[in-house]
Order: sequence, then C-alpha cells, then structure tokens
Amino acid sequence: MAEVSLRNVVKRFDDVDVVRNISLDIPDNEFVVLVGPSGCGKSTTLRMIAGLEEITAGDIYIGGEVVNDLPPKDRDIAMVFQNYALYPHMSVFENMSFGLKLRKFPKEEIRKRVAHAARILDITELLDRKPKALSGGQRQRVAMGRAIVRNPKVFLFDEPLSNLDAKLRVQMRTEIKRVHQMVKTTTVYVTHDQVEAMTLADRVVVMNGGVIEQIATPQDLYHHPKTRFVAGFIGSPAMNFLRCRLEQNGAGLRVRLSDAIGLPVPASQSARFQALTGKELIFGLRPEHITEPRRNDRDPQCEFAATLDVVEPMGMETMVYFTVDGQEVCGRVDPGSATGPGETMRLYADMDRMHLIDPQSGAVL
Amino acid sequence: MSTAAVAAAAPRRLSVRSSLSRNRRWALITSYVFLVIFAIFFLIPPYYMVVTALKSDAEVAHMATNPWIVADGFTLDQFKILLTQTDFLIFFKNTVIVTVSVVAITMVVSVLAAFSLGRMKFWGSSILATGIFLTYLVPDTLLFIPLFQIVKAVGLLNNYWGMILVYPTLTVPFCTWIMIGYFQSIPKELDEAALIDGAGHMQMLTKIFIPVALPGIIAAMIFAFTVSWAAFVYPMAFLYSADQQVLTVGTVTSLIRGDVYKWGMLMAGALMAAAPPLVIYAFLMDYYIAGLTAGATKG
Repeated sequence: MAEVSLRNVVKRFDDVDVVRNISLDIPDNEFVVLVGPSGCGKSTTLRMIAGLEEITAGDIYIGGEVVNDLPPKDRDIAMVFQNYALYPHMSVFENMSFGLKLRKFPKEEIRKRVAHAARILDITELLDRKPKALSGGQRQRVAMGRAIVRNPKVFLFDEPLSNLDAKLRVQMRTEIKRVHQMVKTTTVYVTHDQVEAMTLADRVVVMNGGVIEQIATPQDLYHHPKTRFVAGFIGSPAMNFLRCRLEQNGAGLRVRLSDAIGLPVPASQSARFQALTGKELIFGLRPEHITEPRRNDRDPQCEFAATLDVVEPMGMETMVYFTVDGQEVCGRVDPGSATGPGETMRLYADMDRMHLIDPQSGAVL
Repeated sequence: MSTAAVAAAAPRRLSVRSSLSRNRRWALITSYVFLVIFAIFFLIPPYYMVVTALKSDAEVAHMATNPWIVADGFTLDQFKILLTQTDFLIFFKNTVIVTVSVVAITMVVSVLAAFSLGRMKFWGSSILATGIFLTYLVPDTLLFIPLFQIVKAVGLLNNYWGMILVYPTLTVPFCTWIMIGYFQSIPKELDEAALIDGAGHMQMLTKIFIPVALPGIIAAMIFAFTVSWAAFVYPMAFLYSADQQVLTVGTVTSLIRGDVYKWGMLMAGALMAAAPPLVIYAFLMDYYIAGLTAGATKG
C-alpha cells in the first residue's frame, strides 16, 4: 500500500526522447491506467516505475521514498507481463511462491499466501500443473497470483490482456477489477485499448508522443477532453472532426460546416465562443450525438439532411456514414430509422455535446 | 444436364484424391528405399569391425577366407588379450579423466560466458560473442604448433593434464556460441519477472536459465564430450608415453607396429572405445527430448 509519484521524469534512448517530462501523482489504492497508441511511452513509464529501465532525469517516489537508484527487487512492486512470463519449468505453486522463497519466507507462510491467492483467482486445482498445461486465461491468472502473493506496495500491469481472445479479455477485465476491489493495492495498468482503460480505471492517463495529454476520470475524459488527441482517442467509433467557421446567427452563434449545413451553438455556450467568431476551427461531435431526430424538445435548427454512403447495422443500433464537404462523418441511429445507402436521411446533431478545437494547438476550446 | 455435370465431376474429384494418396505412397516408398540404403551404407563399417574383432588372428591373416563372416568359430580372445596384455585400460582411464574434466570445465566456462554475453548487454558484448565463435573456426591442425610451446612452457608436455588444458580451446567457443543462442531465445520478460521477484544474477542463472535452457546445455555437453573423446591431433602431438596416452592415439600406436597391423585387436579396441559415447548418447537423447517437451503433458 503506497502512493506513487513521478516528478519531471524523462527517458531518452540514444537521441530519442521516449518520455518527456512526465509528472503524475497516484494516491494510495488508486487504479490508474496509462493509455495511448504504440510508442507513446506508456510501457517505458511503467518499466521505469518497476526499475527495469533507468530514468534519464527526474524522480520516482514509491511510498514517499525516492526509488530512482533502487533495483526492482527492493521497490516492493509486482508486475504482470503481457506474455505472462511464467517460469516454464516450475509448477503453478512454484511459480507463485518463487518470489517469497527468494525472500526467505517461512514455508508455512508461503503455503498460506499461495492458497489464499489461489482461492481469490479460483486456480486452486491448478497448483500442481506446469504453465504449458494451462490455457491463456489460466496463465494470466497465475501471473496475477504471483503478484498477489507478494502483497506488494504497487501492482504493475503491462498490457496483460493483449494476448487473450476477445471474450476472455472481457472476462479477465472484470476479474482484474474484482481482484483490485478485494486486495486494494495501488495499481498502474498499461494498455492501448481505450475500452480497457475506461472500464478499469479510477483515473486514466492519456499519453501521446511521450507526454501526458490528460489525466482524468473516465467520465470526465469522455465528456471533457482537453485536446483533439484525447477527444479522438477515447470513444469508439471515434469522434467526428470537421472543418468549420464560427459565424454570427442573430443573437447567437452558428457553426458553418458547409453551404447547406450550419448548426446553432447552444445559448449556454455562445458567450464562451463569442471571441472566436469568424475563425476557422475544428468542430467535434461524437457519432452517438448524431442521431435520427428523436427528442421532443429538439431545436429544429439542429436538424439536417444527409445522403448516406454506408449503412452498418450493429443490432441494437446502426452506424450511418455520410460526407460533409468531403469529410466523412459517422452517426449512430436507431435501426428502425436508418434508410439505405444512397438515400437521404434526416439527422439531428445534439449540439449540447459539441466541441470546438483550435486547429493550430489541437486544444479543445 | 445438371446430373450429367455432377456425374462428370464426381470421378474427377475421386481421381484427384487417389492421385494425392498415390503421391504420398510413392514419397513413403522412396524415402524408405533411401533410408534402407543409407542405413546399410553406414552400418557396414561397424559390422566389419564386429566381425573382425570376433575372429582369431589366424583367420584374419588367412587371405582365402570370406572377410564378411566368421567361418572358424567365434572367439573373444582379441578382447581378452587387449584388456590383459596391453595398456588399453590405462588409455581408457586417461580418456575418461580427460573427457570428464574437459566437459566440466567447458560447461562452467561457457554457461557463464554465454549468460553474460547473451543476457547482460554491455559495451562490446556482441563483438566479443562473434570473436569467440571466430576462434572456433581456426582448425586444430594449425594450432597445435603454437600450443606445443604453451603446453611445454607450463610443463605439461607428455601429461594428460595438458589435454585438459588444451581441449577447452576447441570446446568452449562452440559451446558458448550454442548457449548464447539458447539463452537469447528465452523471453526477456522471464528475467525481468525474476528480477522483480527478487533474484540476483546468479540466482537468475541457476534457478531460471539453466533449467529452461537444459536441452541446449545437454546439446553442448554432447558436443564437448564428443570432441574430447575423439580428439586425435593434440594427443598425437603432445603425448608420447603409454601411461599418459588416450584411447584414440594409444590404440593405434600400440597396435600397429611398423607394418604389422593387429587387426583383430584394433577392431576390438575401437568397438570398446565407441561404447561409452553410444551409451551416453542414448541416455542423454532421452533427457534431451524430455527437456524439450517438459510440462507439455503433465508436471
């Protein structure tokens, strides 16, 4: 049990800055997920916390203590790897007890801890097996068991679910969440899957190009992204981004997307954007906020007609794709309301959920 | 019309399948034929050795008898004389001492070298690894003259302990090279997991790397054993008295006197000299395969 802090941490491989000046505070017991595309520096950050990579500059604290020069074994951390990294010549019991044995725990204590962890993970019957005789999900459980028995200050997960098939991944995700609620240990979890990040995290750290784009709760991240990158990375299908110009619309403002489509900025936000009138901006709206006209209190100005290019039925909803001024836009509509490809459909933009983005800085305004 | 099409298609499909199985049968027959030819080819010399070793000197010397069969009755005299009236047992003992020591030294040196070169990245480690392999490419026929000076300088000329000094120059580079490959094939996460679990480098080597790389280590051991058991040039150059001689050179020098070849005893000696490698190969092969498939079925 401990808090983890990163202060201005930098990692440079040869001449490439992989992690550039990261600062992050993780309170005790929190589940933090580092998420971002490949090469964003999330795994490197995790490995620096683990002590598997030296840090080029900055400080890392675990439990209030600077651990920069401490070897991994003295940091009191446990790590779960993507490919499980189970010792192939040892049984499940030996795998889980290896760390305790090296630390010279009494035999009785080892047995008790392994039995306890095995019960939590439901792998008691597998203790005598070798890793090769286990399925992917079982191996993942053993790898977690190896971390749990140590009862460390911090759990580190490095893309632990990437090697599992889709169904098992969802199952293990729930499992990890359940285990965290039971053992309540500070956890840093790395993934490139935004769904994993959103479902597991107390707070999500979105990284890109070696810097932190935003640190926020999953809900906050979804509703109030701070940058275009975060807005586009979180949510699936991704947010639509369209070139637009902000223009005066009577007393209010209007987002001009094309000659045919101009959507009114909600009155509550007009004051905020007043100064940007006449500027070229990027308009962001999630697919789930482009629907068939369904609300009774809707503003008729938010409706527009679109000719559908592609229609993708998903079961509970249907994705419709169309273009506005040459840019592809995705909407999520009720299956009953969708027309066929090539046909025209009335759509409604929920402008209360709109974002305006500065095209130069990428900041959400 | 459609039934005609089906009828026409059906035999064609059948013929495709039967030509596949015919192909397979021919492939099998051809491979068996060649396997049998090669087996006969490689088994003729050992067979000739056995037959000759079981004959009496008189029969071997008699030009008119069939060399492929024992006509005058089996005899174990060749073995008896070899074991009781020659230095064969001394050669054998010396060879065992030399081989066991060389294998032990080789394994210690090359496991440690391979672990550090393959796993602990340091400045120049890959150049060093290649350099070690290059030394293996220098043939012993080139090396024995300079090595003679070295062996003489350390006072081990005509002493089988000198062989324990020089054989590792042949075995260590190759074994190190084999094991670098094996150690590198072990996923990096395995040592990282061990590091986090609290293992030092020595524990990582003994508790993780050696057990996991056991098949590779055994392959290297077989190589070191073979080289040192069958070495000929070095003992030929560095050993000259019978009490220090090893099997390969000793058998030949003591059983060929001028132009007199003791064929029966030579063959008996060669057979007995070949027995330990055979036994060890058979035993270690089982181990080797067990190592490869460990945990596949049940722990």
